[in-house]
Amino acid sequence: MSKDVAVLGVGMHPWGKWGQSFVGYGVKAAQDALKDAGLQWQDIQLVAGGDTIRNGYPGFVAGATFAQALGWSGAKVSSSYGACATGAQAIGVARAHILAGLCDVALVLGADAAPKGFFAPTGGRRPEDPDWLRFHIQGITNPTYFGLYARRRMDTYGATQQDFAAVKAKNSKHGLHNPNARYRKEVAPEDVLGSVLVADPLHLLDICATSDGAAALVLCSMDFARKHTTDPVKIKAVSTVTPVYPNTIIEMPNLATDSMAGVELPERGFKESIAHGAYEEAGLGPEDMSFAEVYDLSTALELDWYEQIGLCPQGDAEKLLRDGDTTIGGRVPVNPSGGLSCFGEAVPAQAIAQVCELAWQLRGQAEGRQVEGAKAGVTVNQGLFGHGSSVVCTV
Amino acid sequence: MSHKTNTPAVEGLFTMDLREPRLLGTRCRACGTYFFPAEKTFCRNPACDQTDLQEVPLSRTGKVWSYTSASYKPPPPFVAKEPFEPFAIAAVELEEEGLTILGQVADGIGVEALTTGMPVELVLRELYEDDEHVYFTWNWKPTRDGSDA
Repeated sequence: MSKDVAVLGVGMHPWGKWGQSFVGYGVKAAQDALKDAGLQWQDIQLVAGGDTIRNGYPGFVAGATFAQALGWSGAKVSSSYGACATGAQAIGVARAHILAGLCDVALVLGADAAPKGFFAPTGGRRPEDPDWLRFHIQGITNPTYFGLYARRRMDTYGATQQDFAAVKAKNSKHGLHNPNARYRKEVAPEDVLGSVLVADPLHLLDICATSDGAAALVLCSMDFARKHTTDPVKIKAVSTVTPVYPNTIIEMPNLATDSMAGVELPERGFKESIAHGAYEEAGLGPEDMSFAEVYDLSTALELDWYEQIGLCPQGDAEKLLRDGDTTIGGRVPVNPSGGLSCFGEAVPAQAIAQVCELAWQLRGQAEGRQVEGAKAGVTVNQGLFGHGSSVVCTV
Repeated sequence: MSHKTNTPAVEGLFTMDLREPRLLGTRCRACGTYFFPAEKTFCRNPACDQTDLQEVPLSRTGKVWSYTSASYKPPPPFVAKEPFEPFAIAAVELEEEGLTILGQVADGIGVEALTTGMPVELVLRELYEDDEHVYFTWNWKPTRDGSDA
């Protein structure tokens, strides 16, 4: 039995700081996705919402919040959360319903209104919550982890701050003409190196911002799709894997790794396992990918992903970048959308937005940033507390 | 002379011993794996179904896996000193326990003084205070003679 589901429609609310409710952003993205699919809201049988934890109760029940805003229609509802990987959770719910025959067509939707500056835990004293604990007792923010990984790349593989800055420069060019990107300005490596140091060795322009934004997908069965379109983009795989014990790389928001004592190490590390799970399910490999959308919370993390999604061996990411392989026009462009570098992070929308970009690229509709002849693409993302997120799409 | 009581900022994470502090973890008596912060309910090794977890002080010394800095004041619930002084943060590998543990680097020592693989030891430093207590947390500090102490 085919495990394909069709991406019938995609839509976004542009990323930015708009000072409005996340609900309105979500409605706009949903309406665009429905229009793109040629459907009415009342045609949707399941709403799969991605939750936001920074917008009160409506954010925790995002599926219902969006359903109410679009007008109660009696559709089934689901709301899920997986930190930065929230969107993949929502996609997974919709896909499972479709593949199980429980519905034909679903709307996947995530939106956020983000605070300025560092993400911080929600209020109250909670020593049992690792996210609260790391802030309170050590002042460890998200960029702390980005800085640790970046320094590790420098010490292990000889990466330089110039390499990191070159990632930003590349992504800033990719996103220049993306109408949904927040930052559409070319950035030179020297701009990055001249910006303030936030988490050594990373500068302000190495680290992604926090944004408002929304992304939506209309997903449906292949039978349903055939009645509405020809040659739809297909989701071949969705990986939402957890780590395998012991996870020996320090991960947000933890203060410590799992212990290596007394246990065997897993075959592959957590980050390596995320896209691997999607490739296995799709029956494809990294060599089949025309491009990738990776979660560039920092420039250095983008380089880590090159290796972790199999675009090159360990330690070769800088070479891949310097050779132009990951620039549009190169062998396997990475973040043709401009990535988080140009968008900033709107947490529950982000994994969905990655799939929107896959669809636009695979349809040949990515104006100003098109990867010519794109046949297959992969997304990868990771949510704190152990949420893998990777989607493989093909034409 | 302060009459305030020295107190851990969060109970149960380390011994309140200013000279030779130890982080407090647990170890599974069955499979030997360690946990920090202490896991007290069940062993998280999927190959082990035991619940016999023993509280153990962890090694006082380790080696730097990586390091970075906090150049901007972290938001609450961190209680920052005013004016804010940037600090370095290290991820430190404890060999025996097979754990990597994060912590601020002590005494304003910056990233320029750190290298991967450098030996460091655990110290306690004041995090903040109120009228009655001085609250402490752990820091990593390069060992004076560069040895494993």
